[in-house]
Amino acid sequence: MNLTLKKPSVLPGFGPTLGYTIFYLSLIVLIPLSATFLKSTLFTWDQFWSAVTAPRVLASYRLSFGAALIGALINAFFGLLVAWVLVRYRFPGKRLIDALVDLPFALPTAVAGIALTAVYSTHGWIGSVIEPWGIKVAFTPLGVIVALTFIGLPFVVRTVQPVLEDLEAEAEEAAASLGASRLQTFWKVILPALWPALLTGFSLAFARAIGEYGSVIFIAGNMPMVSEITPLLIITKLEQYDYAGATSIAVVMLVVSFLLLLIINGLQWWSSHRYGR
Amino acid sequence: MSIEIRNVQKNFGDFSALNDISLDVPSGELVALLGPSGCGKTTLLRIIAGLEFPDAGRIHFDGEDTTQRHVRERQVGFVFQHYALFRHMTVFENVAFGLRVRPKSTRPNEAEIRRRVHELLNLVQLDWLADRYPPQLSGGQRQRIALARALAVEPRVLLLDEPFGALDAQVRKDLRRWLRRLHDELHITSVFVTHDQEEALEVADRVVVMNKGVIEQVGTPSEVYDHPASPFVYHFLGNVNLFHSRVHAGFAYIGEVELAAPEHVGAENASALAYVRPHDIDIQREADGDSAFKVVINHIHPIGPVIRLELGREDDGEFIEAVLTHERFRELNLQAGEHVYVKPRKVRIFLQD
Amino acid sequence: MITITASHYNTKVAHSRAIAEPAWIRWLLIASALGFLGLFLFVPLAAVFTEALRKGIAVYLAAFKEPDALSAIWLTFTAAAIAVPLNLVFGVSAAWAIAKFDFKGKSVLITLIDLPFAVSPVIAGLVYVLIFGLQGWFGGWLSSHDYKVLFAVPGIVLATVFVTFPFVARELIPLMQAQGKEEEEAAIVLGASGWQMFWRVTLPNIKWGLLYGVILTNARAMGEFGAVSVVSGHIRGMTNTLPLHVEILYNEYNYVAAFACASLLAFLALVTLALKSLVEWQAARAVTTNE
Repeated sequence: MNLTLKKPSVLPGFGPTLGYTIFYLSLIVLIPLSATFLKSTLFTWDQFWSAVTAPRVLASYRLSFGAALIGALINAFFGLLVAWVLVRYRFPGKRLIDALVDLPFALPTAVAGIALTAVYSTHGWIGSVIEPWGIKVAFTPLGVIVALTFIGLPFVVRTVQPVLEDLEAEAEEAAASLGASRLQTFWKVILPALWPALLTGFSLAFARAIGEYGSVIFIAGNMPMVSEITPLLIITKLEQYDYAGATSIAVVMLVVSFLLLLIINGLQWWSSHRYGR
Repeated sequence: MSIEIRNVQKNFGDFSALNDISLDVPSGELVALLGPSGCGKTTLLRIIAGLEFPDAGRIHFDGEDTTQRHVRERQVGFVFQHYALFRHMTVFENVAFGLRVRPKSTRPNEAEIRRRVHELLNLVQLDWLADRYPPQLSGGQRQRIALARALAVEPRVLLLDEPFGALDAQVRKDLRRWLRRLHDELHITSVFVTHDQEEALEVADRVVVMNKGVIEQVGTPSEVYDHPASPFVYHFLGNVNLFHSRVHAGFAYIGEVELAAPEHVGAENASALAYVRPHDIDIQREADGDSAFKVVINHIHPIGPVIRLELGREDDGEFIEAVLTHERFRELNLQAGEHVYVKPRKVRIFLQD
Repeated sequence: MITITASHYNTKVAHSRAIAEPAWIRWLLIASALGFLGLFLFVPLAAVFTEALRKGIAVYLAAFKEPDALSAIWLTFTAAAIAVPLNLVFGVSAAWAIAKFDFKGKSVLITLIDLPFAVSPVIAGLVYVLIFGLQGWFGGWLSSHDYKVLFAVPGIVLATVFVTFPFVARELIPLMQAQGKEEEEAAIVLGASGWQMFWRVTLPNIKWGLLYGVILTNARAMGEFGAVSVVSGHIRGMTNTLPLHVEILYNEYNYVAAFACASLLAFLALVTLALKSLVEWQAARAVTTNE
């Protein structure tokens, strides 16, 4: 990273603040994270490869990535709906509901986990209603999807909402004056404008869901090969003192996270340059 | 307090914002830095203030080198383009800020601060707004508060960045006159930046015309307007007609027309550009020797106190703009479509390289 | 940089007839949205409190008289009380350098600050195990000098600092970029020193954004589970935070006590949301009076 000379400025404090920022960033984040990569170089390639491609590990990837993807898709759809309703319509209790959308950010994940388990287990409020139809949520992969949907819920709403608020009514009026139906206007005028924000929110929800631990482990049942997520597998390996296995899997997840972060930054760059936001 | 700028150079990356600028601002004068956006005028102003640093060259205040002096110690008053009023402080506290942040030893006591601030607020005629917050003020009021705040520290030099840039046309005019009066009262050496030629010509004692990082001309408003030193200044200050011509032995030839050009006696068959202001064009019914163009009147636009004519040259169809007074227009009794003669009263010819 | 703008001040909905949906579609959309939120948000939230009070208020209150619960509450507050100021100072410092100056590598720096958001909390815990654990870089030295980081309070604090690292910075950077640097320059021209400028001009301008960041940091610090779970060692009465205590009680089938502790955390979350809305409202008021 090249941090050579800034333009001179009369404002004070550039050196100390940037210096402290880099020092603290290195101490808390960069050095610890690089430790993971350095540790993984101690294993041979075969060790690494067999650790990250064991059947049980592969099954956990399938569940973590698959459930995260489904949860993020659910959130993309309903998040757009919620944002739309909150921005465009009036109804009683709207402000309260608007504030509560952020609950998954504020509620500790362990609390979310036991609460969702209580509600969706076969004795719970919702679980008992859907059980007669043969749908079991708690202690199945479906439960993982429910938990990951919960923790990703605010992302799409909060990225789409401000864009929707800034949309100019004129564009829609123009579409209407040119003879477009309401549905055509939505597909051809509104949705294209929301697309970058929607994609960003989706990616954020997806990224968050992949690494999620606390809310999932209570509801998942944690059966190896069936309902065991990758972060849990890392902890299991740690508890068995299998540092090599835990670190190898962590490296795979870190690489995926970095790629997602780059994609998200790219998306935001794209939306800001395309739409000047 | 005089300001001397010596060989100042400033680059932003590959872009040369200021190229070897030297300029003297005599004590007590009100000077305008005039030019299109990107000409370097704001950069120069910020270098004088000490908000930017030149890559080369020096800044002297009253002969004393201040190039290395921090902006805090230069004793300059700076009025920002968007005023930069502290939005969380009242008008009073904004003006008092410069006094309150002084070290204990030189800080005036509370009563003295109150007296000084009210004195300044009275000077800008806004004492009644002392308890308001900046967001509650109009643009013109903010501008005057920003000025009062800058004056509170008793600056040796007052610098204003596009002081009227963000205001409505009418407010601009009032404030211009007000700033001029204020300057006549205080006589503090002042430099302001503007891209509006009318503003520069009306307010300033002297105008510095800048373009692409260099100074094109320095002079009084009438000097730069009546005797532009370069084609750029001609273009920038007001409308102008441009003719391609040849210059030979003291005469310029534009098509068939011959005009005296005594300043270019030495030129031999050089290609040149001739500039004529629309109001320096006389319209005649009859040809007058070789020095008039035959034109057709395309359109007649009465614009307020003057009449603007769009004319087409008969020889090559080029467009010419002329401005007449109502009296002259009535006297000639012109109609669109008529053929008349045009005679430049004053021409400025610049040889092309 | 990742920005979630939870602040949506303007609800300027003045849509004309021509571009409004029919009433039945409107109500259908509202009902679906509320149904979704109910299923995933409101019902689970209500469940926390009903489960906690299932056996009456006396049993509920008894859960908090446990010494283990009290020590978990204390540890949770301690970790937050250390992590929040650390990340506050960092956030202000990073935002100052990034928002007010131009330098090479700025966008790389912003991305790096966002890293902890992208990393799984479990991995956040793991990295400290790899460094301070017995197998780790400093593990041997630490154990020979009888310092404990892992399975002790310092490790919990470190993990908490890691997961809450970007919140304040991320809140302040866009805010301070939008505010520009003219006001600070004006203060300097008027003779203010660096600290005078900071305390009198910068800080008052960013106070709502700062508070917002602190509230988010604090909420996450008190609620963090995955990262803390890895480094804590789950020693009851010693290294258990409140969320970990909830897990232990739950796994011991002590549901009422688990949900009682969970209800305290849920209550804190609701307080957080209320404070957040209040700050948003205040900031919105500050913005509108500025126009």
